Amino acid sequence: MSKIITDRRSFLKSTTAAAALVGMPAIVRAQGASRPIKIGLLAPLTGVIAAGGKELVEGFEMYWEQVGKKVGDRAVEIVIEDDASNPDTSLQKARRLVEQGNVDFLFGNILANTGLAVANYVKGTGTPYFIPVIAADDLTQRTRIPNVIRVAGYTASQTARPLADWAYKQGYRKVATISQDYTFGHEQCGGFAQMFTELGGKITQQFWHPLNTADFSPYLGQLANLGVDAVFAMETGADATRFIQQYASFGLKGRIPLMGAMNATDQSVIRTMSNEAEGIVSCAHFAEGSKEPATVKFVADYEKRYQKLPSIYGFSHYSGAMWVAEALKTIKGNVEDRPLFLKTVLATELKDSPLGKTVKLDAYGNPIYDVSIRKVEKRADGKLWNVPITSYPQVSQFWKYDPETYMKQPPYSRDFQGIKS
Amino acid sequence: MLAFQIMNGLTFAALLFVVASGFTLIFGLLRIVNLAHGALYLFGGYIGFTISKLTGSFLIGGIGAMLCVAIMGLLLDQGLLRFVRGFELRQVMLTLGVAFVLNDLALVMWGGDTFTVATPEWLQGAVVIGSLFYPKFRIFVLVVGILVFISLWLLINKTRLGALIRAGVDDLEMVEACGIDIRRVFLVTFMLGSALAGLGGMLGGTFLALYPSADAEILVFSLAVVIIGGRGSLVGAAIGSLLIGLLNTFGQVWFPQLAYFVIFGPMAVLLAFRPLGLFGKAA
Repeated sequence: MSKIITDRRSFLKSTTAAAALVGMPAIVRAQGASRPIKIGLLAPLTGVIAAGGKELVEGFEMYWEQVGKKVGDRAVEIVIEDDASNPDTSLQKARRLVEQGNVDFLFGNILANTGLAVANYVKGTGTPYFIPVIAADDLTQRTRIPNVIRVAGYTASQTARPLADWAYKQGYRKVATISQDYTFGHEQCGGFAQMFTELGGKITQQFWHPLNTADFSPYLGQLANLGVDAVFAMETGADATRFIQQYASFGLKGRIPLMGAMNATDQSVIRTMSNEAEGIVSCAHFAEGSKEPATVKFVADYEKRYQKLPSIYGFSHYSGAMWVAEALKTIKGNVEDRPLFLKTVLATELKDSPLGKTVKLDAYGNPIYDVSIRKVEKRADGKLWNVPITSYPQVSQFWKYDPETYMKQPPYSRDFQGIKS
Repeated sequence: MLAFQIMNGLTFAALLFVVASGFTLIFGLLRIVNLAHGALYLFGGYIGFTISKLTGSFLIGGIGAMLCVAIMGLLLDQGLLRFVRGFELRQVMLTLGVAFVLNDLALVMWGGDTFTVATPEWLQGAVVIGSLFYPKFRIFVLVVGILVFISLWLLINKTRLGALIRAGVDDLEMVEACGIDIRRVFLVTFMLGSALAGLGGMLGGTFLALYPSADAEILVFSLAVVIIGGRGSLVGAAIGSLLIGLLNTFGQVWFPQLAYFVIFGPMAVLLAFRPLGLFGKAA
């Protein structure tokens, strides 16, 4: 997979070249236009989230191939590295890309811990790092790193809040949550719980289970007897498949409405499922079943190319690539000027994304979206997809709170869910 | 409520037993800690998924999974393990390597999406006993688990092959000295153990889903079962499965924060007092 040259001679050659570049900045700029822009893409191609990693690469490559792998007159070279779903490997590969591969910027990762490892590393090197999937709230909030930008990404709690509002409007007053016990889960549940209780709803109980829980039946038995109006489930990957399937087989489907955090009904989960997933309501900025012409076109292109509907991973990296490419166009490919490059990315408004609407970043490097409440439905050919039923315009990571005040409350955790009683 | 959770524990235990009984058979007789057992489980699930999808029959899928995985076991034993017979560490390392290779192979062949084996129509839905509402399929798994236990018990205690296996577990050299071709017994046991992993994969694939790394998870549970039950003991595997199944369920209900500790904590305590497990005998 790695295309990095590691033999000693070329290593010498590239280090000498690098040394020369440092010594003669004038020449660098002169040569800038001819040297390709080198992007280091980190993707989990093996390990627990390998399927998502593959789609990440697919989305990213699809964009670059559509534009002929260049920005203006500068060619773009993509070096893909496998992070193995593991933070140590991820860090090691990021170092290799930056220090030996001389990439201009880094892109990618899926699992929060792999992304945080890379973010910590680029904090020291200043390498721009774009994270369309890493959703850890604080990366664009309390512990923001200026060279880490969430192009086409989202914070975990961002999309859960409109869902809470929607749930309250449906007349739900008592909701139980079940979630994977790690930061991404704490944050998505926190966003939901805080919003829902501030509106006047009640969170009856919160269940936290370890990642990769084989058997959900013990939790389902308890959920069934809580007397709640609805259940909010934050699940990803295989846990999501199992939870939804077992929720149906224990007869809860149809009895207690099920709402999911955005990843719970992502294409990567529902693609292999059938009736059991139908009707689940979730909330995200992207809905593959949207009638928006730009979305329809993107979905059709993606499906033609890869014979499957795009997941959040493919969509985010397609749009993220587009975002950075737009910024690069503005500065005529001058990726060497990092402060300018970062500033331009932050200021870029994405117009032609598959969302069909202009997307902006807030001052903290996180996008503001029109967020859809989506329902899993069957398409004419029997495939499941998420169809928007209503929309919340201009949802930022801070919802309607003042950013400074909001960031004074502690980050969401198992112990702090922002619940107002 | 209690009855419901006990059922959850029992049905999970039944699945664990199907997988772990194969593991303990191989471990007991061949002295191989077959770390590829989880990978065989995963392949069983994937193969069963594919066959049942193509034929539309759950039964054919199950039989196909068992047969294919038994053949994989045959290849593993005759093609690789034969060359390291008697070297425990090498065997363990070899099976670990095979586990990695198989896992990656599955990723290439089926992709990394999560699949579930379709439940046949006659097992869909639930039975209602009083106020208890319970999925038919999980009861089916429990029945299969009990049937597997009875058949294995009869095989081991009432047949000539079983007698050979028991003798082999106790004293391998003596059996060989009696003029019995123990290698053939080895082979049959290995295939039988693998077939059970395949059956487990088919059952597990239906309600626990199939995805990369599912093999490692079931392997950890199987190891725990066999460590608690004792090497090579069928009754031990049954008791171990029940313990782990029930601990897993009630641990999640009573101490959700400690879900994993509840399983492995008692295991550690047990090992401190009975290093060979509940029914283990010194080799």
